[in-house]
Amino acid sequence: MVDQSAVGREFTPVTARVEPGRLRFFLDTLGESNRVYRDEAAAQAAGFAAAPVPPTYLFCLEMMDATVPFEFLTALGIDLARVLHGEQRFDYHAPVVVGDVLTFRPRVSGVTDKKGGAMTLIVVDTPVTNQNGVHVADVSRTIVVRNARPS
Amino acid sequence: MSAGIPAVGDRIVHKEFPPITRHRLALYCGASGDHNPIHVDIDFAKQAGFPDVFAHGMLVMGYLGQALTDAVGPSRIRSFSTRFAAITQLGAQLTCEGTVTELIEQGGEKRAKLALTTKDQNGEIKLAGEAIIAL
Repeated sequence: MVDQSAVGREFTPVTARVEPGRLRFFLDTLGESNRVYRDEAAAQAAGFAAAPVPPTYLFCLEMMDATVPFEFLTALGIDLARVLHGEQRFDYHAPVVVGDVLTFRPRVSGVTDKKGGAMTLIVVDTPVTNQNGVHVADVSRTIVVRNARPS
Repeated sequence: MSAGIPAVGDRIVHKEFPPITRHRLALYCGASGDHNPIHVDIDFAKQAGFPDVFAHGMLVMGYLGQALTDAVGPSRIRSFSTRFAAITQLGAQLTCEGTVTELIEQGGEKRAKLALTTKDQNGEIKLAGEAIIAL
């Protein structure tokens, strides 16, 4: 079981480029037709340098370009089959648009046992910076680990 | 809503989405980079103790985000968060809503706090979230 010693653990930074083709696949999958995401002129009219990404897309970029998928789970010895998503948070500080190159630096910020150890909540905080060193966002995910019952 | 300031209690976000299909989950697996087999491989899901595959929480949050930016331009969203209250099953028809709960001043600008929900066709809450938007 994951314990307090995991707090502060950092994982391999992920660098991801916001590519228009991959973004279009995401927009099509969600049936997203808002022109601001699809049309450069509409994006510029809304004050963006290029098409912005939808509010949850930062989460996807980090997963898509991770060299080790689910690294934080394997590093902490957590079985993927026992994980549920508990909470998710995004704080946006500056625009993220097509063409940007982002760096994600994930770090464990909290470990909490629930229900007498039946579940463990793990919080991973990930600051995101762009190619100019601008801190564009903070992403925070809480995962729920359904712990095995001792038999 | 760019014309005028919303009032506390105004429901400014409302959108309904088509039923969640296995096909949608497969597409989302590829499009999101979240390749956790629990959402697309029924054998894996059963092994993990679930009766079937189920939706990615982030697909459902993606829909909620879409409903949000239909109402509020993406440049005005300062934060967006949610708790995943229940698993979203295949066939779920989701409705996303957002209501103004508070008008605040923060970071030198006027902002509104929104309470966000995603419910299925039975009214069960799947996501309970919050957004802070610039006015």
